[in-house]
Amino acid sequence: MNPLFSQLFWPFSIFVILLFIIGLYCILATFNLLRAIIGVEILIKGVTLLIILVGYITGNMALAQTLVITLIVVEVVIMVVAGGVILCIFRHNQTIDTRKLNNLKG
Amino acid sequence: MALNLVLLILLIILALWTVMTTRLVRSVVGLAMTSAILSIIMFRLNSPLAAVFELSVCSGLISVIFVTTVSFTQRLTQDQLINRQKERLGKFWYLPFIVILAGILLSQVKIPLVLTSSSSAYEQDVRNVLWNLRHFDLLGQVVLLLAGAFGVVVLFKEKNQ
Repeated sequence: MNPLFSQLFWPFSIFVILLFIIGLYCILATFNLLRAIIGVEILIKGVTLLIILVGYITGNMALAQTLVITLIVVEVVIMVVAGGVILCIFRHNQTIDTRKLNNLKG
Repeated sequence: MALNLVLLILLIILALWTVMTTRLVRSVVGLAMTSAILSIIMFRLNSPLAAVFELSVCSGLISVIFVTTVSFTQRLTQDQLINRQKERLGKFWYLPFIVILAGILLSQVKIPLVLTSSSSAYEQDVRNVLWNLRHFDLLGQVVLLLAGAFGVVVLFKEKNQ
């Protein structure tokens, strides 16, 4: 492992942690389902950056890229299905505000 | 490193804008721009294939999916928009400060890095890794794509009147 590469790890990791903070805050603070999905997207961006960073530092770029491609495919499927679910919820309730989605409340 | 730092700061600013802006369409555009900046960073970290995927799929396809979903949902009236802006400002005004504070605190910490690398020349080629070493992942991807396609058919289907 190149020592110059290892110097990159912590500065990049700080930004990955900041992306995690932004994504988690978005999920926790919002009541809009679409915004919650956007928060999940930002979290996934952080994970993508971390995988590429570790692959770059350890020299396993091929494996890192393969994992990122798999991650992107999973991400797309999650987004499409989540979009469909949100649309169904909107058609049934005329809202995607989680405070008003209390049909199952006893 | 300086250019990487500028790109990373831009990434965080765009992510913040994505989270804090009131209109959903603007959020989606912010997310697409975040993906575009991330793909530039990935290019700079010697991952061209993953960067192209990120740019085309995350910045393009996912934005299209989001805009489609947003267009199906109800548009806010002017009064609702003003109320929503106030509500969001109340909730999110301190997020940039949290992010800046966390960045400053984390930059003071030094964590020793212990990463080992052991890869042969065969494992350095993306094609070999993707098609020969990780073929179980490919099977999972195909199953997921099929599941996603069936999910779209079921969820987006209009009710017969």
